[in-house]
Amino acid sequence: MSFTDITNIALMQGFAGLSLFAVLLLMGLGLAIIFGQMGVINMAHGEFMTIGAYTIYMFSTLTETYLPGFVSAYFPVAIIAAFFIAFVFGWIVEWALIRHLYKRPLDTLLATWGLSLAMQQTFRSVFGAREVSPTLPDWLLGSWAPAEGLDIPINGMFVLGLTAVVTGGVLLALYRSRWGLRVRATVANRPMANATGINTKRTDRLTYAIGCGIAGVAGAAFTTIGSTGPTSGSLYIVDAFLVVTFGGAGSLLGTVASAFGIAQTQSIAEFFLTGSMAKVLTLLLIVTILMIRPQGLFASKIRR
Amino acid sequence: MADKKDPIQAPLTDTQRRKMLMGMASAPALMMPAMTWANAAQYPTAKVNTTKLAVTDTEVVVGQLHSATGTMAISETGSIQAEQLAIDQINAMGGVLGRKIRVIKEDGASDWPTFAEKSKKLLVQDHVACVFGCWTSASRKAVLPIFEKENGMLYYPTFYEGLEQSKNVIYTGQEATQQILFGLDWASKEKKAKTFFLVGSDYIWPRTSMKIARKHIEGHLRASSVVGEEYYPLGHTNFNSLINKIKLKKPDVIFAAVVGGSNVAFYKQLKAAGITASKQFLLTISVTEDEVLGIGGENIAGFYSSMKYFQSLDNPNNKAFVEAFKKAYGPKSVIGDVTQAGYLGPWIWKATVEKAGSFDVDKIAAASGGIELKTAPEGYVKVHDNHHLWSRARIGMAQADGQFKVVAESPELIQPDPFPKGYQ
Repeated sequence: MSFTDITNIALMQGFAGLSLFAVLLLMGLGLAIIFGQMGVINMAHGEFMTIGAYTIYMFSTLTETYLPGFVSAYFPVAIIAAFFIAFVFGWIVEWALIRHLYKRPLDTLLATWGLSLAMQQTFRSVFGAREVSPTLPDWLLGSWAPAEGLDIPINGMFVLGLTAVVTGGVLLALYRSRWGLRVRATVANRPMANATGINTKRTDRLTYAIGCGIAGVAGAAFTTIGSTGPTSGSLYIVDAFLVVTFGGAGSLLGTVASAFGIAQTQSIAEFFLTGSMAKVLTLLLIVTILMIRPQGLFASKIRR
Repeated sequence: MADKKDPIQAPLTDTQRRKMLMGMASAPALMMPAMTWANAAQYPTAKVNTTKLAVTDTEVVVGQLHSATGTMAISETGSIQAEQLAIDQINAMGGVLGRKIRVIKEDGASDWPTFAEKSKKLLVQDHVACVFGCWTSASRKAVLPIFEKENGMLYYPTFYEGLEQSKNVIYTGQEATQQILFGLDWASKEKKAKTFFLVGSDYIWPRTSMKIARKHIEGHLRASSVVGEEYYPLGHTNFNSLINKIKLKKPDVIFAAVVGGSNVAFYKQLKAAGITASKQFLLTISVTEDEVLGIGGENIAGFYSSMKYFQSLDNPNNKAFVEAFKKAYGPKSVIGDVTQAGYLGPWIWKATVEKAGSFDVDKIAAASGGIELKTAPEGYVKVHDNHHLWSRARIGMAQADGQFKVVAESPELIQPDPFPKGYQ
């Protein structure tokens, strides 16, 4: 084991941590908006991610059938489509279901859980019970090898880049746009926001739909690293809630910090311990910190 | 399998070998006449059914218990389809003892208590003659006490960890030793592998399998060692740290038993980290054609899988089976190891009923040992007195199109040994 080998492993391990951070953050972002800002416990978050994943699958199949020349180019288009498809579904779900339950958080939990089961079975009926594998463009596969023995996963870099873009976009939108202002006002004090002329119902619907749209983007991106099947979303839901709760509901910065903390702990522990023990250690740490600080890492300073 | 004293393999007798050749030579359609023209009149219901099973002069009712919904639907769909296909074919040939088979389908919904409840319903309320079902070991363990108490008969299709044997279960998949030992011996002999890195999902099947694998590597393979053994929770989707550990140890072989959604993530990330077949030898016991659908052929091409059946097997039985399967379920459908094992269930049951001349579970259980199936797509199988199958082990190399190319095959049928000595 030479010095270069160790350096290479250290570099790749560093990137593994970063890439897990990106995955956790991306899956947590949509939920941070829906659960963090609106207080809706959205158990169907994972299924909105699955919508994104199946969008990629549909695009890849259609492209292969009708436009075989564009296989290398469909992916970015499909990601944008994934956002809008999940957005539209989110809009409909908010209108049909969520808006009736804003004052009943436990009922929302049950309702969205039921929704998630219904969506899973719908995916199963439409796309079949078996997992599918979208054909990914060549430029997303394999690794970038700047030196002998050093392989940086391209899909990891892609997810990292996409996460940066989406996070930046959400932060900008929330703190520099009219929509963001309305959301923050509604979260801070709903009757007062209403009184100042903000259509809070419309704001809610838009916020929920945007959260779902971001879940769609996350699901689409995860086709490069994970599975696409009716229940793929359920693989992520627990981690997504963990990230948001640990970061402190209502704080986007908290979500970022918590994703980073969990990812690094998990990734480093996995390297030195076994996979299951690493998970145990990470969860123990989170539980301990949440016992000391029930409001999460960053508590919002909003009077509720 | 150099070790002659090894109890796992028993050489075939000449008769068996001859029968096997005959089996391979004859397509299933040609097998029809001999036994099936038996009509119900020859076998009066009062005689073939002394235990109040749901058998009439024209009909016999069987149960099918798999997960059509929930997480496991991904895997169990193939078994459901294959069992139905076999039953349809048997009915088209005149049924069993002149009686048509009627299936009562129950959905275990990927939930083990539901499996238990539904199996009780099938046995106590419907009085089914037998049940084709279960996939995970967890579901089998959940229904086993019920089958033993109510005296039912279960045909279980999945390759599994062994350490079980019941009068009330026929295991049509392979137990651990039939899959693992041959694969490891092959890796050691053909690929000159000395160092093994074991990776699995964290539950009973991978853990038991790896325990057997470790014993075999350390005790039976020359100068070989296990350089890593890792388990990840079910549903784990991030394997980058594990991959770095593998890079650190540089094993000759990665021996993998990762399942479900994790499987897809594992192979996608291996490829993304530059671990491809050109640089690394990987042998898995958990990837069939079904799983490759989700993983994507390009992500696993060149890696090896140890199974007893591959869709690409070149024999007349399999050709007919693949053709019938695709005709029934679409030209794009694929057939994995367990799907084929599921297909064996109804045929073995039929052969056993005809040998016993009765549907009674006790008689079926007693008559099962020695039942042969020459029409099996995997070639030829025979039921051992321990209710597992003698079958061949095979190694397939994954191709980019999602199929496997068979690169090795055990020369003899391997005797099932659910309680291997020295491996526990």
